[in-house]
Amino acid sequence: MFVGLLTTLVFLPAAAALIIALFLKEKRQVRVFAGIVAVAELVLSIVAFASYDTAEGGVQLVDRISDWIPALNAQYFLGLDGLNAPMVLLTGLLGACAIFVSWRVEHRVKEYFMWLLLLWTAVMGVFVALDFLLFFIFWEIELIPMYMLISMWGTGRPTYSAMKFVAFTFLGSAFMLVAILALYFATGTFDMIRITQELGFDTPYSRLIMPAAVTFFFFFAAFAVKLPIWPVHTWLPDAHTDAPTAVSVMLAGVLLKMGGYGILRVCLSIFPDVARDYGTPLAILAAFSILYGAVVTMRQTDLKRLVAYSSVSHMGFVLLGVTSVSAVGGGFATVGITGASVQMFTHGTITGLLFVLVGLVYEKVHTRHIPDITGLAVRVPFVAVSFVIAGLASLGLPGLSGFVAEIMIFLGAFKANPWPVAFAAFGVVLAAGYILWTLQRILFGPPSDRQEGLTDASWMERLPIVTLIIAIVVVGVYPAVITDVLDTALPNLINFRMP
Amino acid sequence: MTASDVYLLSPEISMVGLAVLVVLADLIFRQKGVVAFLAIVGLAVPVAFSIALWIDIDGEATSQRFLELGQATTFAVDHFSLFFKFLVIAVVGLVLLVSQDYVGRFAKYRGEYYALILLSAVGMMLLPSTTELITIYVSLELATIPLVVLSAFLRDARSTEAAMKFFVLAAVSSALLLYGMVLVYGFTGSTQLSVIAERIQEQPVESIAFGAAPLLLGVVLIVAGFGFKMALAPFQMWVPDVYEGSPTPITAYLSVASKAAAFAVLIRVFYLAFGGLSLDWSIGFAVLAVLSMTVGNLMAIAQTNIKRLLAYSTVAHAGYLMVGVAAVAARVGDGPTDLGLGGVLFYLVAYGATNLAAFFAIIAIANKIKSERIDDFAGMGFKAPLLAAVLAISLISLIGIPPTAGFIGKIYLFNAAVRADLAWLVVAGAINSVISAYYYLRVIRVMYTGNETERETVPFSLAARGALAISAVGIVVLGVIPGYVLDVAQSAVGVIVGG
Repeated sequence: MFVGLLTTLVFLPAAAALIIALFLKEKRQVRVFAGIVAVAELVLSIVAFASYDTAEGGVQLVDRISDWIPALNAQYFLGLDGLNAPMVLLTGLLGACAIFVSWRVEHRVKEYFMWLLLLWTAVMGVFVALDFLLFFIFWEIELIPMYMLISMWGTGRPTYSAMKFVAFTFLGSAFMLVAILALYFATGTFDMIRITQELGFDTPYSRLIMPAAVTFFFFFAAFAVKLPIWPVHTWLPDAHTDAPTAVSVMLAGVLLKMGGYGILRVCLSIFPDVARDYGTPLAILAAFSILYGAVVTMRQTDLKRLVAYSSVSHMGFVLLGVTSVSAVGGGFATVGITGASVQMFTHGTITGLLFVLVGLVYEKVHTRHIPDITGLAVRVPFVAVSFVIAGLASLGLPGLSGFVAEIMIFLGAFKANPWPVAFAAFGVVLAAGYILWTLQRILFGPPSDRQEGLTDASWMERLPIVTLIIAIVVVGVYPAVITDVLDTALPNLINFRMP
Repeated sequence: MTASDVYLLSPEISMVGLAVLVVLADLIFRQKGVVAFLAIVGLAVPVAFSIALWIDIDGEATSQRFLELGQATTFAVDHFSLFFKFLVIAVVGLVLLVSQDYVGRFAKYRGEYYALILLSAVGMMLLPSTTELITIYVSLELATIPLVVLSAFLRDARSTEAAMKFFVLAAVSSALLLYGMVLVYGFTGSTQLSVIAERIQEQPVESIAFGAAPLLLGVVLIVAGFGFKMALAPFQMWVPDVYEGSPTPITAYLSVASKAAAFAVLIRVFYLAFGGLSLDWSIGFAVLAVLSMTVGNLMAIAQTNIKRLLAYSTVAHAGYLMVGVAAVAARVGDGPTDLGLGGVLFYLVAYGATNLAAFFAIIAIANKIKSERIDDFAGMGFKAPLLAAVLAISLISLIGIPPTAGFIGKIYLFNAAVRADLAWLVVAGAINSVISAYYYLRVIRVMYTGNETERETVPFSLAARGALAISAVGIVVLGVIPGYVLDVAQSAVGVIVGG
């Protein structure tokens, strides 16, 4: 069927944005309507994830118009497989949280929710599009809502940060465009699945106009910016610091995953040989990114900047997991790649939760300067407890989801590149350092007089927090929820073209 | 001249007739609305003749008819030239519609204003059909001289300066063009494009006096002459002043129709006459493309006047179009060989819709706020939400972000360049898009900053609203379902590439 589940999933937020633009006037109406849409979208994404048949595997729930642009042989092609199904669930979850944490936005509410909903459509589209042109279209569309949201509802230097974000991403996608066109030239199709199946087998790499490694790194440039990997991470702290809470949640929770997803979907699936050959340099890059991110995080005094830099460190693990490809054939290689994917999901929920909490703290005490915040545990116990849970999950406490991902990544990547992995493992120690130190400073110091009379989170504010905690605990205790779906994709993911 | 010759020229002849009729009607009727109405409705006649010709030619084997004067073939009617005739007539129609809000400023000369636009259109309709150097020169002058007069119509200091500059530089460019034509004639003995092509094929380069150098010099001078009309760097010096000083509808007209006609004649001359030299000029065009994109985009960053900004943007877009022309070397690859040209044609339509929408919105906004400074556009997002939205969409299309016409146009052009083994050109083009995002997004942000204010009424006639709506819908339709126009563009260039 054509207007299937995925099409609805992608375009429901955009349609809601249109309805808001045309029919709704009152702030309250807009909020309530956006809330209803958020719940509906969340339910749809859960339905999509749950209805993925792991026994059957492959691409399911396909929505396809094969003659969308005949002159370019481009299709409208949405589908769900093991790689993107967890991402769809994550996007549904965090998008809904982003809508609910925006309940208190008072400035130009109507436009705010419109842009947020459009952003949701774009990101969802990136994950389910299986046609390169469509993928690229969603990838690019996402820029405009982000630019508007940061530059108009941000704080600090919003214009600068928004432009920096656009410039970095756009520059990365410039290289990706060339690489996509090179693939198109070699295979005559934009169909990601067909390219994955054919390139290197029916169509030799030599038909690419550029060497396969160059094409790989053109893609990698775009995804590394998004992930982000040192040295192209500098846009991230600025964008996070200046963005409104909901946008930080979307940015850390979902947008960064576009990079990791791209690496798995494109770099690894289409060029496994190149990924294997360059495994060691990539692992060193990942390890450096992890350690650099962790060390810089230590030095932060702004709560939001701190969480932002910790993302640089944590997303490095995704790349580290990907480098397990060098050890495919023996040991735990696919475990490492599964770990990379699980890390994306868990980092999304954990960091999403952290940003929700940071936003809440900022709203209450009106500062993000860590030395100025003390003794929150006394004043706002619910927020404090949630903060502790999120922090512990982030540093990889067993029983919470962060641990599952990291252990899988170390297990998989160690055999391929023992030294970089050994160094990267220090990232976990550093993470424990900065997280526990931060928690101790802001939660457990003597309660300051300035923060007297704070109220704890309202039920409206607790809703997204509790939802995310549940997700973190469930994946931590029973990771098979995610890994079973991933496992249907991974065996087919890495088919080396060359010995 | 036989009756069939008259039929071949019927779109142009009816256009001249319409211009004369408009001048006469201006003398007779007191209500000036009648004149405008006559001019707009009268366009149906050349459209009808063009459609008839399109259908007639479709049935013929060569899908081309020639007008012969004595021994010389001066004029070809084929789908390529008809494509441009439709484009020019459509642009004229939209410009006439939107002029309704502008002609009040020169009430005394309304009739002349309309007639001059129509006469200039005759030149632009002739240009894509011309197959002989002298006819090209005469058509080019016919297209340019009315535009010089029109740019002086505001009769203030800036407008007069614009017209003066335009006139002098148009004369210089004509001189260059003529000199180039003379050289080509001198070394091939003919002014007919097809004969020139034969002579170049027949004569080994060594047998020509001084080698091929003088011939190439002639080619270079012809490119320079056309470069002025296309607003291609380094021949762009006149563009900002003329764009700023001219009446805005004329600026819009100039930026779209004039550029389209110049590209049409460039394509015909180079593919028909100098096809044998193709590899020599392809690289030259690639260099011009990079130069034009870079100069246009870098200069646009510093602009504070919206019309000057769009003037430099038009230089940049001439560069993007040049990418398609340079992709002629695609002939060496397999698969479709005429992608570059099809891309140029599609891009001209996409760019036309986009630029017209932008200028039309600017006319209405500038009428309201009596300023063309970008900073004065602040708050337009609230005062005139629809106008601001249309301007924003057209700017997004100019950046090349989906789902707009500009995006598909760029993809198509870049795809052709990749096929022609010009991947470096695509990288340069894509990076230029990133630079352009900086100044286009700044305009959008300015419109939506400031405090939320009440809607204000903007004086904007029904005719102008119609023109704005048509071009805005065009941007989105071409961006989402470009298939049909792409196919038409592709079939239109078949005759050029095949011949």
